[in-house]
Amino acid sequence: MKRKITVVLIVVICFLLQSTLFKALSIASISPNLLIIVTSSFGFMRGKKEGLLTGFLCGLCIDIFYGETIGTYAMIYMYLGYINGRFRKIFFPEDIKLPIILITASDFVCNILIYFFQFLFRGRFHFLYYAIHIIIPELVYTILVTVFLYFILLKINQKLELAEKRSTRRVV
Amino acid sequence: MKRKSKFKLPSKYMLIILTVLCGILVYVSFTMNLSGGPLNTVAGYVFIPMQKGINYVGLWISDKTDNLKDLKDVMEENASLKAQVDDLTSELNTIKLEQYELNNLRELLKLDQKYPSYEKVAANVIGKDAGNWFSIFTIDKGTKDGVEIDMNVIAGSGLVGIVTDVGPNYAKVRSIIDDVSKVSSMVLTTSDRCIVNGDLQQMNSSQNILLTDLKDSDDKVAVGDPVVTSNISDKYLQGILVGYINTLGTDSNNLTKSGTVTPAVDFEHLEEVLVILEKKESGEEE
Repeated sequence: MKRKITVVLIVVICFLLQSTLFKALSIASISPNLLIIVTSSFGFMRGKKEGLLTGFLCGLCIDIFYGETIGTYAMIYMYLGYINGRFRKIFFPEDIKLPIILITASDFVCNILIYFFQFLFRGRFHFLYYAIHIIIPELVYTILVTVFLYFILLKINQKLELAEKRSTRRVV
Repeated sequence: MKRKSKFKLPSKYMLIILTVLCGILVYVSFTMNLSGGPLNTVAGYVFIPMQKGINYVGLWISDKTDNLKDLKDVMEENASLKAQVDDLTSELNTIKLEQYELNNLRELLKLDQKYPSYEKVAANVIGKDAGNWFSIFTIDKGTKDGVEIDMNVIAGSGLVGIVTDVGPNYAKVRSIIDDVSKVSSMVLTTSDRCIVNGDLQQMNSSQNILLTDLKDSDDKVAVGDPVVTSNISDKYLQGILVGYINTLGTDSNNLTKSGTVTPAVDFEHLEEVLVILEKKESGEEE
């Protein structure tokens, strides 16, 4: 229960920061994608199920406030969370290489999907332009933020896991 | 609670169930054009107060930093300028400021005369699109303040966008620079109709939006002419300033022209907007 509340709180805070503070801090009108960091982190830290649910929640937030139809972003983020969850077996908290690679890949895939469905289908064929001016800058900025946010999420997760272990021991 | 923890749903099935749910949601909101509903209400009450708070703090901080910056500038100026020069420049500045204010007031007067009868409500921009692809933002006025879907949003001198979704205490606005936005407009000087398309690429590289399908058989439209919303648009009220023509060229079909328009509104620093509480009469029966 404590975990659920914490995760929901993290998603809410990140969504709020992303749509307000980080929009003000945008460089060349590009801002980082915090929600992809959260989705992907909980995916590889906690496994498929939690990644999937976190992703669904993140996507739903975007859908309600900024989406065209309810459900599109939810679906994209959900699958990203699920796929990230498959990497839990090779995840070690001390190693930052895997998280960075996974978050980068997730952000890239997410943007490619948005480009594919919302831009390519409307005849915007200059993929290279969008890649250079939107996708890559967002990627770089997101990686920069990852370095900080990932460790915060990791610490929160470790605290939660510790608390869970303690409570189960007490019950036994 | 206990039963829940005993029965564990495998993640694979959960994925399938949620995928189907998403599919249904997409289908429903796409076909029936109903977005959110109760979800909007719940989300509105959860997020909007916090967004407002963050926004308020942000504005306060930027205000304070601006103040500090101004102070520093003035001090530096004081040190470097001689008294006489200082006097002269300040005098000149005041005159310039007054001139600027005068121009602004004149423009406002003109604007107000242009659309005098519309009832408007002021709203603050409290959040912007979470991604970098679209230019959608939320404002802090909703159905409680009389805002409805398809109402026009303006800011100072020109058109900002249109309300696409509304909750009890917030509304979602698609700006005219958004990549999927299309505004039926006309050139004010000649009343030739055209379509103004938002374009991400154009906006990114030169802060302009596209103008297409301009029928200008007399060849009278010139660069710098104002573009306003047209009388045949079914969602935008007539005569709201969109922007000024920046470049213009003839299309390959030799019948229409296209080019770019510089928007009248500064979308980078949009903080306060006005929602016109009147919808265009489209002649359709509801």
